[in-house]
Amino acid sequence: MTQVTQETVAVSNLRDFYRHFDTTALRDALRRMYLIRRFEEGAEEAYTRGLIHGTMHLSIGQEASAVGSCMDLRKTDYITSTHRGHGHCIAKGADPKLMFAEFFGKEEGYCRGRGGSMHIADVESGNLGANGIVGGGLPIAVGAALAIRKQKRDDVAVCFFGDGASNEGAFHEALNMAAIWKLPVLFICENNKYGMSVSTERSMAVRNVADRAPAYNMPGEIVDGNRIEDVSEAVMRATARARNGDGPSLIETKTYRIRGHSKSDRNRYRTKEEIEEWKARDPIGHFEANLEAFGILRKDEAEAIRVAAEVEIAAAVEFAKGGTDPLPADLMRDVYTKGAA
Amino acid sequence: MSARELSYAEAVREALAQAMEADERVFLMGEDIGVYGGAFQVTGDLVHRFGEDRVMDTPIAELGAAGVAVGAALAGSKPVFEFQFSDFATLAMEQIVNQAAKIRFMLGGKVSVPLVMRFPAGSGTGAAAQHSQSLDAWFAHVPGLKVVQPATPHDAKGLLLSAIDDPDPVMVFEHKLLYKMKGEVPEEAYRVPIGKALVRREGRHVTIVATAIMVHRALEAAEILSGEGIDVEVIDLRTLRPLDTQTIIESVKKTTRLACVYEGVKTLGIGAEISAMIAESEAFDYLDAPILRLGGAEAPIPYNPVLEKAAVPQTDGIIASVRRLVTGRI
Repeated sequence: MTQVTQETVAVSNLRDFYRHFDTTALRDALRRMYLIRRFEEGAEEAYTRGLIHGTMHLSIGQEASAVGSCMDLRKTDYITSTHRGHGHCIAKGADPKLMFAEFFGKEEGYCRGRGGSMHIADVESGNLGANGIVGGGLPIAVGAALAIRKQKRDDVAVCFFGDGASNEGAFHEALNMAAIWKLPVLFICENNKYGMSVSTERSMAVRNVADRAPAYNMPGEIVDGNRIEDVSEAVMRATARARNGDGPSLIETKTYRIRGHSKSDRNRYRTKEEIEEWKARDPIGHFEANLEAFGILRKDEAEAIRVAAEVEIAAAVEFAKGGTDPLPADLMRDVYTKGAA
Repeated sequence: MSARELSYAEAVREALAQAMEADERVFLMGEDIGVYGGAFQVTGDLVHRFGEDRVMDTPIAELGAAGVAVGAALAGSKPVFEFQFSDFATLAMEQIVNQAAKIRFMLGGKVSVPLVMRFPAGSGTGAAAQHSQSLDAWFAHVPGLKVVQPATPHDAKGLLLSAIDDPDPVMVFEHKLLYKMKGEVPEEAYRVPIGKALVRREGRHVTIVATAIMVHRALEAAEILSGEGIDVEVIDLRTLRPLDTQTIIESVKKTTRLACVYEGVKTLGIGAEISAMIAESEAFDYLDAPILRLGGAEAPIPYNPVLEKAAVPQTDGIIASVRRLVTGRI
């Protein structure tokens, strides 16, 4: 993997990414990345202070992968997400206020407090749900893509999953079916090097998840997952291909989760040096430096985005604290659509 | 209207065709359901009438294909999924139990999963232990799923159409030995409601609650026992979840005796649930005899035909057991 460095290219040599999106969209992408970072930090703090229970899987360090994948998607495009899904949810357009309300288990939350961190979804923005089962969303995304084609829409289904999920049978079955039926689905593997504690070197027979794409006759592209422009350009190529009826693609974003797998993680399987090395490749710092270098964003504007994200997350936590607790009498609600046993 | 007879398999096929004609969102998925016509010839010629897009052959990939059905249902389609044998659903339990059954609840009621799955089930075909199971109670143990088990061609069509109408996942268990059974089936697209048991035969001395092919064995037994003066009421359960407790309770209060007859393994099966439900109900005080369960043996289904028959309740066994149940106390 190439080291993340600050690019100092002439404006005339700007990459497609910086030409394709206007200033507003680029600044919004940075804003969303900050929002994800502060959201994760806010969630972690609330957990540490005992304000929320259960567990959570934080995506600090993976913000470029989530935002870069979603920034050119439409509201009618679907995503399926993973247990590490807060970033995807925000990137696809969710409101952190309603996400925090969900974390706090409140009726105002996206899932009315029934799902929590691992099932968070803003269905209105095309998010078909985070998933507590590794690989669970893979065939579901293929099914959503099948429905898209049956309804003669030119939307796509974007399936986020991790390196661990690529060892599940569901991954192989899903990719095979997407390919034989040429469905408009993007398989985006966020390879953060570890399935919980087991490294990809110990769990995969091939070096890269993208190496598995040829077996399913689809393009497999590896990108630096900490560079939003790399992620976004690859996703735009795959999206165009899918909307054009040319079938699925696999994109592997090489990235890293700075925090542990979940709240039980003691980091016994990786070194402090490795974590520090990846912290130096911070996707937000990289993007912000580029935006400044290219004259798209001034330093004071970047500061304003940071402050706004902090304010929004603080307000979201306050909103969640004041939410309504579900009543035990409503336990059975929504087990079925119409009242049944 | 004059009575028209169809086989159980034809009745299922007619329901599928009428549902696809009425609603373009409905489509079929499964292994070899296209030109092959399905392992039990249930889909038959439907691929020629509706095309390969609506009668989709899937790869042999039960987990993935079941997940595709879940995703399609979430995104506005109405898949009807055929497992080639109900046993193969073991490969797809993740998508059925963790996903289809729970997504609506987990997402706070923001979505529905209008998915139908059909399961050719049961023994009696000499296919041995991995192609003969009756796993219906597994699925009935999962909140979020509905489970139906039609015993006649009439109910096979009517319950399947209700299942396709239903906004939630419905598991339809079809006993393979019933596929060739003929019965009266109206031509129009009628519905049989989910969650309603049916009293197939009225009686005064004992209630038999039966499912699937056991309904027919119970009715045969009842006919023979009537010659001995034992008057048997036979309830066809039809739906395992949600359970029609009221019909069973009312019957037991009248007859004062209960036998549950089902093909799934006896222990922890549907009979256990019905027995416990009656023990907890007002009907308990009316019981004049212990509750009887006749279920599948605590063994895999064997290949040898004599052993295969011995592994699940047969008519003679039902007669003997119910006779003992009734004459033991009166």
